[in-house]
Amino acid sequence: MLKVAVVGLGKMGLSHHAMINAHPRVEVVAICDSAGYLLDILSKYTGVRTYTDFDAMLREVELDAMIVATPSSMHARMVKAALDKGIHVFCEKPFCLTSRDGEELTKLAAQKKLVSQVGYHNRFVGAFQEVKRLLDYGAIGQVTHALAEAYGPVVLKPKGSTWRTQRSEGGGCLYDYAAHPLNLINWYLGAPVGVGGAVLNKIFSRDTDDEVFGSLFYTDGVSAQLSVSWSDESYRKMTTKITLWGTQGRIYADRQECQAYLRDTAAPPAGYKQGWNVRYTTELTEPVWFYVRGEEYSAQLDYFVRAIEEGRAGDNVNSFASALLTDQVIEMLIDDAASGPSRMAGDSSAVPAKAKRGFFSLGR
Amino acid sequence: MDKLLFGDNQFFGVNHMSEEKARAQLMRFQEIGAVIDVLDQAYDEGIKTFMCTTHDRIGQVCDHMRANPERYKDYVFYPGMPYAHKYANAVTEDGMLGALKRFLPDEGLMNAMVRGGLSLAKKDIEGITTLLVDAEMKMFGGLNTPVIFLMNVVVDLLLGLKFYDAFRIFSDHVRKRYGADPGFFSMNMPLLLKVLADQGIENPIVCSNINKIGFRMCGGIQAYERALSEHKCRAIAMSVFASGAIPPREAIEWVCQLPNISSIVFGASSRANIRNTRDLVERAWRPVPSQP
Repeated sequence: MLKVAVVGLGKMGLSHHAMINAHPRVEVVAICDSAGYLLDILSKYTGVRTYTDFDAMLREVELDAMIVATPSSMHARMVKAALDKGIHVFCEKPFCLTSRDGEELTKLAAQKKLVSQVGYHNRFVGAFQEVKRLLDYGAIGQVTHALAEAYGPVVLKPKGSTWRTQRSEGGGCLYDYAAHPLNLINWYLGAPVGVGGAVLNKIFSRDTDDEVFGSLFYTDGVSAQLSVSWSDESYRKMTTKITLWGTQGRIYADRQECQAYLRDTAAPPAGYKQGWNVRYTTELTEPVWFYVRGEEYSAQLDYFVRAIEEGRAGDNVNSFASALLTDQVIEMLIDDAASGPSRMAGDSSAVPAKAKRGFFSLGR
Repeated sequence: MDKLLFGDNQFFGVNHMSEEKARAQLMRFQEIGAVIDVLDQAYDEGIKTFMCTTHDRIGQVCDHMRANPERYKDYVFYPGMPYAHKYANAVTEDGMLGALKRFLPDEGLMNAMVRGGLSLAKKDIEGITTLLVDAEMKMFGGLNTPVIFLMNVVVDLLLGLKFYDAFRIFSDHVRKRYGADPGFFSMNMPLLLKVLADQGIENPIVCSNINKIGFRMCGGIQAYERALSEHKCRAIAMSVFASGAIPPREAIEWVCQLPNISSIVFGASSRANIRNTRDLVERAWRPVPSQP
């Protein structure tokens, strides 16, 4: 039995706790959160050992692995402490708020040969995996452009104050929502050579962004556009979508389906034909041992457990190294947004429009 | 329980196959009148139980039914709570405790305040749970709700946490306060049936995906077949067509031959589809399963 602790019992942590607790080869030996309230309830009704002091838990409990689902600004310190003790780590996304922290932790995990994984669950969604298979096969030829989108109804009025409403704590549409489509685009197209035209706009939030737009540039003229809002009530829940155009066709995917249009010049992979192809989640989804809120959430935790059991450190999906790339793109977008648009007179160094509103004057 | 129950996914843009289809449905059912028209069609085809979430818009359906008691005198609601997305988004805005406080009744009922305040302070999950249930049940006042369901997102979370007392607390409350049977949605039916049996919740009503291709049936088809034959239970099969992945006749015939299936819940947007499904079930389900 793998001895696991869950740290941070918010929305993600609690569901991670439920899923991993139901895993047949895992024992949850401790949970940790700064708020004693929920801990007391869980301790009272389920008997699990609880801690409000992270360091005390590390000292007192012997662990094989840890799930870190605290506010993002706390990730770096906790992940480092766990790695230092030789503990495998699954960390929620986004990984770190500075790429410097991310680089250090990536190196440390590699040095210690520990399994590191970040919760970009979309890479475990059948439809998004199908996109990857199609691209690897070259089904749509040379990709020329991609559109990465995510919309949902999180912040719809000026209200509330939690870490998710504070940019400094890793809250906001960029970290919370945009990280997902960015991570998928990184998976499909690799690292961009640059970004441009980034917009981080507040609609209702005071201390962070509610909508995010921007372009990503790759070699050979390939580009991608990002369009994300967590203040879009027309979506019932978060919806992530990817569209890719290639010389031989087009692919569209969301959580439910993968549609591929293959031109009559394309050489379709097995099971595909020229023209329209649709694969639905019902046929693309692998069964899981336990379901709470989507197969992908269960699947990524099972994958983490297997990676540890099979000693696959450094060779796993969503490793720190791959999540670091997403952090780096996020950082570039923040910098680019702060520099503002090119000006009519051709002077791009003018006072950025955003800064006038006192927004994102990070490091400037 | 009726053999055939009418679901509400189609009214709220829940479609497991296509976002486009989901949006088209949201547009079509934007006015509550369009929802009521379809419910009327189902009712007139003999489908008198509406298994619904506690989505705010269901409140309007309830108002309509209350305003026309003669027309709907046989009508039955099976409410399923909570409608999770409103809580999830509230947690992002206000944090866990903030969200909880937001959904507790605020109409100044002394009783609720005392129960809520004390429960929060004492970490007494019983008081909190019953308050939340009462808040969600308000919209069904005066209507017939013989079974009250806990939605799978909560059931399966509790199941994973091994927070088994909550099942009993929920059961006791809906029995005592509403004279209703408790029902449980779950994507982990074999595990849930075992846990409910251990909790002494007898002959439970459980609603799960049950379909020929095993879509979203945790543990696999065989585990479901075994659990259904080993546990005395009243199972309601949902996602019987696996969002359209299985042809209707094949889908229904397969489900109807399983043991302990009391009912099938399905969603449809047209009278023709409602009638087709009803006819298929009537043909496949002979003799009618004995009602425990």
